[in-house]
Amino acid sequence: MRAEVTLRGHMYLKQRKSTFMYKRNCVHAVECAVQIFFTACAFLTIVTVAVITGYLIVNGVPAIWKIGIRDMLFSTVWSPTAKQAQYGILYIVLTSLVGTAMAVMLGVPIALLTAVYLVEIASDKMAAVMKTAVELLSGIPSVVYGMLGLMVLNPLVYRLELRLYRDSVTHQFTGGANLLSAVLVLTLMILPTVTSISESALREVPAELKASSLALGASQMQTIFKVVIPAAKPGIITAVVLGVGRAVGEALAISLVSGGCVNIPLPFYPVRFLTTAIVGEMGYAAGLHRQALFTIGLVLFIFIILVNLTLNHIVRSGDK
Amino acid sequence: MGLTWANRMCKKKSGVKIRTERLHLYYGSVHALRDITIEIAANRITALIGPSGCGKSTFLKTLNRMNDLAGNVRITGGVYLDGRDIYAPQIDVAKLRKRVGMVFQQPNPFPMSIYENIAYGPKIHGMRQKGELDRIVEESLRGAAIWDEVKNRLDEPALRLSGGQQQRLCIARALAVQPEVLLMDEPTSALDPASTIKTEELMKKLRTDYTVVVVTHNMQQALRVSDDTLFFLNGELVEAGQTKELFLAPADRRTQDYITGKFG
Ligand SMILES: Nc1ncnc2c1ncn2[C@@H]1O[C@H](COP(=O)(O)OP(=O)(O)OP(=O)(O)O)[C@@H](O)[C@H]1O
Ligand SMILES: [Mg+2]
Repeated sequence: MRAEVTLRGHMYLKQRKSTFMYKRNCVHAVECAVQIFFTACAFLTIVTVAVITGYLIVNGVPAIWKIGIRDMLFSTVWSPTAKQAQYGILYIVLTSLVGTAMAVMLGVPIALLTAVYLVEIASDKMAAVMKTAVELLSGIPSVVYGMLGLMVLNPLVYRLELRLYRDSVTHQFTGGANLLSAVLVLTLMILPTVTSISESALREVPAELKASSLALGASQMQTIFKVVIPAAKPGIITAVVLGVGRAVGEALAISLVSGGCVNIPLPFYPVRFLTTAIVGEMGYAAGLHRQALFTIGLVLFIFIILVNLTLNHIVRSGDK
Repeated sequence: MGLTWANRMCKKKSGVKIRTERLHLYYGSVHALRDITIEIAANRITALIGPSGCGKSTFLKTLNRMNDLAGNVRITGGVYLDGRDIYAPQIDVAKLRKRVGMVFQQPNPFPMSIYENIAYGPKIHGMRQKGELDRIVEESLRGAAIWDEVKNRLDEPALRLSGGQQQRLCIARALAVQPEVLLMDEPTSALDPASTIKTEELMKKLRTDYTVVVVTHNMQQALRVSDDTLFFLNGELVEAGQTKELFLAPADRRTQDYITGKFG
């Protein structure tokens, strides 16, 4: 009996090593069929990723050849429909980078403090209510954020703009549709993700670690900022990276509030993001313009891949 | 009653460090400590023994007011450190905890370097001078018998140490704020035998400078390291006395049953 069991185990291990696609440890025909079916389903994902990657490269690269890498990536003039068409996407790329960075810099501290409040300070009842609110917030479709941004945020930002640029003769008023509004909408949109992931990270900090700090005579605040948050750092970084991912990829909401001209990304300028450029122009673009939009898609795709690689790296180094 | 037990304990060196009087503790409706009156002698090791759930950790935590953290705790009676009531309203809990340090069951270094782990407490209490901090770090690590193992890697993350080393680091961390009393809640139950022996040796050494109160489930350990023993059962203090006497000739039947392994 024993020998047989170990022998089987041994064989199993050998098979495990020897097959690449699936562990060929099925015995009956039905089992094998099921395994093959599952494998096929799993492959669908891989195929999808491969197709998307291939499609974006095939469609995104030609424009770079035709326009020239310098005229495209490092030029700031984007006028694809002019007689002398120009396809510089530098400002568009910068807008996405700066917009995301600003949203993250604003949103992460707020989300982190919210998470600390939920875990360390709020009563159980209060925490439950707030958690539900945070979950609801993350379930709201992005177009709704955009609409509310348009109706509520833009007028407020416009008021601010009017006050700040009261005496300016050169400023082009945006009516509130500018980078600042987009950043604020993005900030709101990443709050739920960053909050709930930071919260679970904070909750996982062992109670004894906190108690050790308190037992040394540290106050609750000292304990939170010097021990609890550092201990939750890997989870918090994951939260931040996911927030970055969400902000980089967001299109609909910010297309409604960001104005839409290609501009250097300054708070009170109307701007165009990588995503909003595609959303806004794909409908009518043709020829080289269309190809250039695919290049923009490719750049966006590369950003997202980079974000995900960072995430994987963090998760893996956290496991060690 | 309790006082007569306490009188059986030897107080040859410098008398009583901690005294509790008619101490009751309730978690909501759970009556976790019942009428505990006891004296804990200075510069001795006092072991708390008893079956799981009998209130050992709870009692330990009343001594540095860690029970304040659980929301639903109610305490009556008194706990006196050097004769002063530590539950009196004017007591600064941070200062109290500086005087009464604590080491937990699981080794739990902070997620920072070895050096920073030890310097954490002194920094919290306002120590800023680098030279003085260096001195405290070395002294504490020496005090916890781990200096030789870590002196060349003070900047490494403390989590890279072995479990046994981590536990001695936690002891060093507690020593760094120069406490007078050291409370230890099953400090060796997560350790391998070799690390356990090292930690026990360390505890014996600590007795010269500190008053040590240690919770243990291990009768052999209580016998090996402690001078006095308190036996708890269902939140009551059943028996207290010098360890050797209590183990050799327990006065109470329940103590006898527990130390001979009939229950628990
Ligand atoms: N925070 C709490 N809230 C409610 N009840 C508690 C709490 N902590 C402990 N208790 C209860 O108080 C009693 C004593 O618990 P305590 O942790 O002091 O036991 P112990 O002797 O340390 O046990 P062990 O040997 O298992 O560690 C138990 O019945 C326990 O369920
Ligand atoms: Mg306990």
